[in-house]
Formats: sequence, C-alpha cells, structure tokens
Amino acid sequence: MSAAAPVSASPVYTRENLAVLAARVEAAFGERLLGKEEKTQYIQFSVKAADAHDLARFLKEEPALGFTWFVDCCGVDYQRYPKAMPERFAVVTTLFSPALGVKAQVRAFVPAANPRLASLCDLFAGANWTERETFDLYGIVFEGHPDLKRILMPDDFDGHPLRKDYPLRGRGERGAFPVYHAVPLDNAPKEGEG
Amino acid sequence: MYSYEHEIEERTENTVRMNVGPSHPAMHGTLRVMMEVQGERIVRAEQEIGFLHTGFEKLGEHRSYNQFITLSDRLNYFSPLNNNIGFAIAAEELVGLEVPRRAQVIRTIMAELSRLADHSLCVGAMAMDLGAFTSILWTFVEREKLYDVFEAVTGTRLTTSYTRVGGVAFDLPDGFEKRVMTILDSMEETVEKLRGSFYKNRIFLDRTEGVGIITPAEIESFGITGPIARSTGKTYDIRKYRPYLVYNELEFDVPVYTQGDTLARYKVRLDEMDQSIRIVRQALRLLEPGPISALDQKHALPDKMSTYTDMESLIHHFKMIMPGPDHGLNPPVTDLYSATESPNGELGFYLVSDGGSNPWRVRVRPPSFINYPIFSKLLEGAMLADVVAILGSFNIIAGELDR
Amino acid sequence: MSAQDKINDVITTQLGFAINWARSNSMWPMPFGTACCGIEMMATFMSKYDASRFGSEVLKFSPRQSDLLIVSGRISLKMMPVLQRIWEQMPEPKWCISMGACASSGGVFDTYTLIQGVDQFIPVDAYMPGCPPRPEAFIEALMTVQEKARKGQASSNDFVSTDASRDPSLSPNYRSPDRFMDGPQSAADEIPAEAPLSPLTTVQEGRS
Repeated sequence: MSAAAPVSASPVYTRENLAVLAARVEAAFGERLLGKEEKTQYIQFSVKAADAHDLARFLKEEPALGFTWFVDCCGVDYQRYPKAMPERFAVVTTLFSPALGVKAQVRAFVPAANPRLASLCDLFAGANWTERETFDLYGIVFEGHPDLKRILMPDDFDGHPLRKDYPLRGRGERGAFPVYHAVPLDNAPKEGEG
Repeated sequence: MYSYEHEIEERTENTVRMNVGPSHPAMHGTLRVMMEVQGERIVRAEQEIGFLHTGFEKLGEHRSYNQFITLSDRLNYFSPLNNNIGFAIAAEELVGLEVPRRAQVIRTIMAELSRLADHSLCVGAMAMDLGAFTSILWTFVEREKLYDVFEAVTGTRLTTSYTRVGGVAFDLPDGFEKRVMTILDSMEETVEKLRGSFYKNRIFLDRTEGVGIITPAEIESFGITGPIARSTGKTYDIRKYRPYLVYNELEFDVPVYTQGDTLARYKVRLDEMDQSIRIVRQALRLLEPGPISALDQKHALPDKMSTYTDMESLIHHFKMIMPGPDHGLNPPVTDLYSATESPNGELGFYLVSDGGSNPWRVRVRPPSFINYPIFSKLLEGAMLADVVAILGSFNIIAGELDR
Repeated sequence: MSAQDKINDVITTQLGFAINWARSNSMWPMPFGTACCGIEMMATFMSKYDASRFGSEVLKFSPRQSDLLIVSGRISLKMMPVLQRIWEQMPEPKWCISMGACASSGGVFDTYTLIQGVDQFIPVDAYMPGCPPRPEAFIEALMTVQEKARKGQASSNDFVSTDASRDPSLSPNYRSPDRFMDGPQSAADEIPAEAPLSPLTTVQEGRS
C-alpha cells in the first residue's frame, strides 16, 4: 500500500492577490504585455505569440505566484470581430494558483499567415490534448508538442472547422458515406408470382 | 511532424494489440482504447476520442445565449441541470446581471439534485461494469424518482433546459418540497445500502483498491478537478473556493480521501451524495416567494403571463428572442471565463461576446476532457481487468468529452 | 397443385408463422448508445420500464449475436463507419431502430460533423422521435418492430452484399473502417494559406 498523500488546504478566492499578481507580472514583463485586464476572479494578460511560453513559465515557476494548476487552453478566431485585435487568432490558456487563490489567463495572439506557437506541454501535461484540439479546430501549430495530430475530427478531415470562414454545415463531408439500402435480389419473386 | 510511425517502431516483442471500442459494453459512451498487452499486463495504451464530436462550439456561434442553454443539456447528459446552470451563470456574469433570490435557491436545489442523479448513475454503472448488476438497478430506481421531480418542475426527464439568462424558466410546482424530502430519505437509504454492499466486498476491494493511483502532482499538471482530484487529497471545490448561488449560506463538507485509487474515487462520490442530500435539505428551508427571473427586461426574458397581457413585456420579449441588430442579450464586447462545480469537476464556459445576440465564441471547458488524458498513463502496467474499473471511476461522459 | 403440395405449403406457412412469432418475441438488441438517448435506453432496460418483458432480455453488445440494432444518439463523422461495420456484422434477419431526433434526422445539431439521419446510409425499420424519447416511446418502437417481425418484414431484407454496384469500396467517397485498426494513413495536413476574407457566410447566417 502506498503512503497516503497529505490533504491539502482548500484554496479560497482572495481578491487582493489579483493586485499582487498584476504587479509581479508587470514588473517582469512590462513592455512585452500587450494588455492586462482584470475580470471577475482572474487577470487576463495579452501577449504576442513569442512571449506566451515565457509568461506561462514565469507564472508557474515564480515562487510568489505558483500557477501550477492547469485549467484550460483554447483558441479564438477574431476574423471580423468588432473590436480591432492585434492578430487573427488567439490562444487563451487559463491557469490556477492554489496558493494565491486566483486564476490567470494568458492570451497569446497568433498571426493567421503563420499560426505557430510554442507548446506548453513541457510545463503542463494538460496542455497536450487541449493544444491538439486547438490545432484540430483552428489549424494553429504548437511547436514542441510531442504528438500533434487531430483529436476530434477524423484524421483525413480537410479543414479546420472552428475558423470563421468554415461553414457551419460543413463542405459535404457528412454526406459522403456508402449507402446500404434494400435492393431487390435478381431472383426475388416478381409481384404477382410465388 | 505528426505521424504514427513512432508508435510502430517502439512496439515491444510478444505483445498483442487489443482494441476496446468505440462500440463497447461498458456504458461509458464512444471511447476507444488501443492497447498492447503481454498476457494480462498492459504495456502501452493509447486513447482515441472524437466519436461524438457534435460541433457545440461552432453551433454556439450561431445560436443566441438562451438557445445555447438548450444545447448545453446535451453536454453532460447525466446531469443536464448543472450544465444549464453553469452556462446561465457564465452569461449572467458576462452581462453583469443580478439574479433574484428565489431563482438562486431553486438553482441550488436543482444543481444538487442533478449532482445526486449523476453520482448515482456513475456509482451504479461502475459496479455494474465490475459485474455487480444489482447496484445499477437500485440507483436507477432513485434516478427515476428524481426524473419524476425534474419532469414536474422542468417538463422533461433528461434534457431540461431549465435556466434562462437571468433566472429560471418555471416556478416550482405545489408539493415540491414534500416530494423532494421523500426522495432524499430513500436516496440516503440507497447510499447506505451501497456502502454496505461494497465497502467490505472482497471482490470489489480487490478490483478497486490500489488500482489506478493518481498522485497530487499529476492532478495539478493535468488540471484534473472534481471527485478525482478530491480522492488524492487535493481539496478543491468551487462551491467552497468561491461560493456561487447560495452555497455560502449552506453548511456542507467536501469529502476528501488521500489514496488516489479507484476505491477512493468511489467513496468520494458516495460521500458527496450524502453531502448533496444535506445541502438540499437546508436549501429547501431557504425558499421564499419572489420573482424567478431578473427584472431587467433588457437582458432577461419577462414573465410569461405578462408577455400575454402587457404590451411593454411583449416588446421586450420580442427584442430578446428575434434576431436582428440591437436585439438579443447584447452583452459588452468582452470575454469572460466562468466556472462552476459540476459533478465531474470544474465546468467552465469561456464566452467571447461581440455585443450581439449570439456569442462570438463559446468555449466549453469540459471536466471529462481534462480528466481523461491521464487514463492511458494509468493503464501502463495495469492488468486488463483494470481498464473497466478505472474507466468507470473517471465518469467520462462522451457528450462533454467530444462536444 | 396436388394435395401433397398444398399440405407442404400449409406446413411451411405455419412453420414460417411460428418462426416469425419466435423472432418477434425474442428480439436481442444491440444497443449502439452514443449520447443522451443512450441514457433513456438504459432507463428502458432497467426496472421501471423493463424492456426484457418484450423478450429483449439479453444485451450482448455483440453484433453477431443480436438482431435489433438500436441507434441511440448522435452519429458523428468518425462514428459512421463504425456504425456501418456493426450493421454489416449483424446476421440477417436484422432490424434497426433509429432512436431520437439526432439519429433520425440530425436533431438539434445541423453541423459539419453530424450525420443528418442514419437512414441515409443504413435501412431503418422504426423511428423514435423525441429528444430524448421517453421509455414509453422506446417500447412503442420496439412493439412496431415486433409487428414487422411477425409479418416477416425487415428493411434489411433482400440486401445484397455481393452486388458489385453496392460494393462499398467502389464508392468514390468510401471510407474504410479498417483505418481505425491500423492507425491513420493520411498525409500530413497542410497548413492552409491565409483564407481570403469571404463574405460573412458563417457569422451572419442566423437561424434558418
């Protein structure tokens, strides 16, 4: 029997630590931040694609912060969004710090021409599948990902469905299956006989 | 850059390739596990998902906020009310809408009843997969009673679509409290029966004790939440972390075990059922008469009876429902991540709004999707019989997993 | 016809009647439960709405040993070849129930990845509307199929798998289910060049 793990204390949301978080990140990243917005329960930091990995590593490994709990990673397509955005795509990674009791969000803007971003798989194991899904649905390539392949769509699927220029009803893939329907046998009795 | 060749090269000698799914007897939806086994021991395992990918997130961009509530039922179909409530809370936080007290209490009660339904099915199905068919029959009897209550309140058994942005759709029927109290009593008895049947059962203990152990470090790295995290010692429950609805007025414990194995996950769920019963008993006392939907008619649907009789309500109703410029919810042009505690873990909705009636982006952060990747890691070195035991304890719901 | 032939006809007719009666009262289902309808299907097999009263006692989960395929839940692009393979594996006579709105017509989900009705691709004997259908609707569909079985009808009748024009692999869009067994053989996905800004065909579609 393995030794039982210790029971950790229950994290509690501490609004004051949002200011601590903001101060630390600004001190370390200052000019590289494209934006910093405080929302209910968390702060969203917007950066360019190249800085996302550094920011995530800082959030995780800085002793005073401790954002070690992975929450989510998703993509957003801002094509034709009413507010001007630096790039077409964004990859939004949410992290949680049990020590501070707040969440942090890293929004990395990824250009449409060459959608590449450094993968967070070396920091968080949860990034593996979420980045695969973002690749599958948006076409954003995560460099350094151990196994970047489609996860939700079939492997030979053509296109990235959640992009804004991909139609909701698809391009006919859902009708392209062989048909098994009743066919009269050659030697079936014709009507009126048998 | 991404290919399957690495899998074939690393293939070890004397292994048999086995495939479970996507159509398989364990009632856990469309999952596929490809394993390489040596005798009974699994050497390597790989999972494939996506067999139920429906395009919820794409569809969410073409439906209004209230319409997405109907879709949200189909995510975690064991406990649809939790999804309804989670999404409604996310949309209300986005708009900054205040929900009236009675709606909050009703939502709390329905969330906990739905949690009872989910846990009872998971616990029953888990034992059924290990061969004990009786437990699912017992838990389904309780579920059917809960279905009767859901039907009386929301109109349907399963896909309830009960909440609206701003409150709930219908008020509680007469006799609700008495009915629920009867169900809670019988549910308590069933939980005791399950404890008595399984906690000392040699076969059950042998198949679940020490099987599929997860460490706390893996929990944080993978982002696992919910009963699985609480079975490894990590106390994280959003109802205690940042109480929403009326949880800050209710007294309840968060059961935590430390072994991290399948048995601990089973025990956490049974204990959580007890706590849910406790919560509902307290919440029923908090019910007071009042409005069930926000009175802000620009953002919440007006009361149905006044829509039929009052011109202004009719116009507000029209503006909320029909598509068009300046119609619909019209939240500020921003984005927000909001999470609630669903029976499986942290159910989050990341909503990006463009100011119109439809969301720009709906990201569902499904607990099943984040909890599942560790499964193949747990299978390495496990026995073939452990696949079903571990899978059952994870409560993977394909609707949520693949969206 | 001679008297002997007439007697033979009577015997085979009665025998056929008896066999059909036996088949209809021992429908072994192959539950193909994918989503929410699967839960209502499970509820139908449980104590309150016991489907085993109708002979559907044994849930073998093996297509080779069942005669009723119940497609309950939404079928996605990835799952359709699996469904077809299961259908092919079932021995005849076989019946199919399409349970719920998603299996019958795509349901609430008119998206790029869901099959808008499995009856486009496999023959269906009974449809169950509902989202999800109540267990009572399930029982009614089961009884409809039992009626058909008693008459000796099945949508899968006269299905020819050796007819060249129906050989699935000759279809230009054939997707072999074998690719799941050996891993995908597709070429690497090309990252598309920046998509031209097309008119807003997706965002402004609205409800239609």
